[in-house]
Amino acid sequence: MSRPPVVADSRTAPHIAPPSLGELFRACSRVGLSGFGGVLPLLRHLLVDERRLMSGADFNALLGLCQFLPGSNVVNLAVCVGARFHGARGAIVATAGLLLGPFLVMMALATAYGLWGQLAIVQDMLRGIAAAGAGLLFATALKMARNVPERWIYLPFSALILVALVVLRLPLPPLMLALLGITGLIAYRRARNAAAIATSAGEERA
Amino acid sequence: MIALLADLFLQFSVLTVVAFGGITAMLPELHRLVVEQRQWMDATTFAHLFAIAQAAPGPNLLVVSLIGWKVAGIPGAIVATLAISLPMSLVIFFLYRHWERFRDAPWRAAIQTGVAPLAVGLVCASGWLIGASAGLGVRGVLLTLICTALMLVRSWHPLWYIGAGAAAGAFGLV
Repeated sequence: MSRPPVVADSRTAPHIAPPSLGELFRACSRVGLSGFGGVLPLLRHLLVDERRLMSGADFNALLGLCQFLPGSNVVNLAVCVGARFHGARGAIVATAGLLLGPFLVMMALATAYGLWGQLAIVQDMLRGIAAAGAGLLFATALKMARNVPERWIYLPFSALILVALVVLRLPLPPLMLALLGITGLIAYRRARNAAAIATSAGEERA
Repeated sequence: MIALLADLFLQFSVLTVVAFGGITAMLPELHRLVVEQRQWMDATTFAHLFAIAQAAPGPNLLVVSLIGWKVAGIPGAIVATLAISLPMSLVIFFLYRHWERFRDAPWRAAIQTGVAPLAVGLVCASGWLIGASAGLGVRGVLLTLICTALMLVRSWHPLWYIGAGAAAGAFGLV
């Protein structure tokens, strides 16, 4: 295991000619418009499996960055992918392709809501959808909680930010930065201690 | 109008800087901002707009377009969408080439570990605020709990839940 093969893989995958700006726009539009409840898997399928524009490892590396940074993961990803093929123009075209179609759909629905939003049946349906949607959010949060390592240390902070937002109604920006400072520091120190223990254990064995 | 659009742009773009955990994690702050602080709409409308965005295709950040539309029509929708996507797009455009260099940096792993539990709390708060804003009765809360439980044990497409919610509403069950 001196040199991981994924590095070579990431260079060999884009052997097909990069897409033109028009193709990029059309591909992103298709992904944006067909993405119900999550565009990410579709984008991956298009880029890695269907068009083979990048390797799976490459995609994961870009996704790592896009999920790491704040903001919309999918928009972040479209910027990366577009920029990779056509620089700034590509970034704009890919993002516009992704958002324009769904945006127009949203505006059509907004207009319909403006016209018929007061009808009892529309209100009832939207309330039902909101109830189901709240359930989807809770389930997402619980699934995310399952993936948190060392839950007994970190999940109290989930509860803390929940109470701060729902009960105390504190503004998010300062709260987020303060709590992230604490959890980040805990994670940093724990990782450093773990590394130190691993090193000393390795030395004892040697 | 210009002042309103400028305010919208400023508030939303500041928000994206702390939007760790994606747009869903931002809903509580959006709610606080547009319902409580600026009073651009009531809580029910906020829940309605969320429901519409859930039922429509596309990336979930477009709920922000609907909020912008409610505040200032089509110009508001455009400004809100730009405010949510532009700041981080610029950051990532200049950063993505240098990202590999930081891949093994300890601070990067630390932030990633630190963000995860906060995102859990944020998404949970989103669910809570949507449920509360929608004005759910006992049966509505029951539907929320059923959806939560099913989502955890079955991998059905989210659209089924949305459809079921709409049907339950239409037949006066929630």
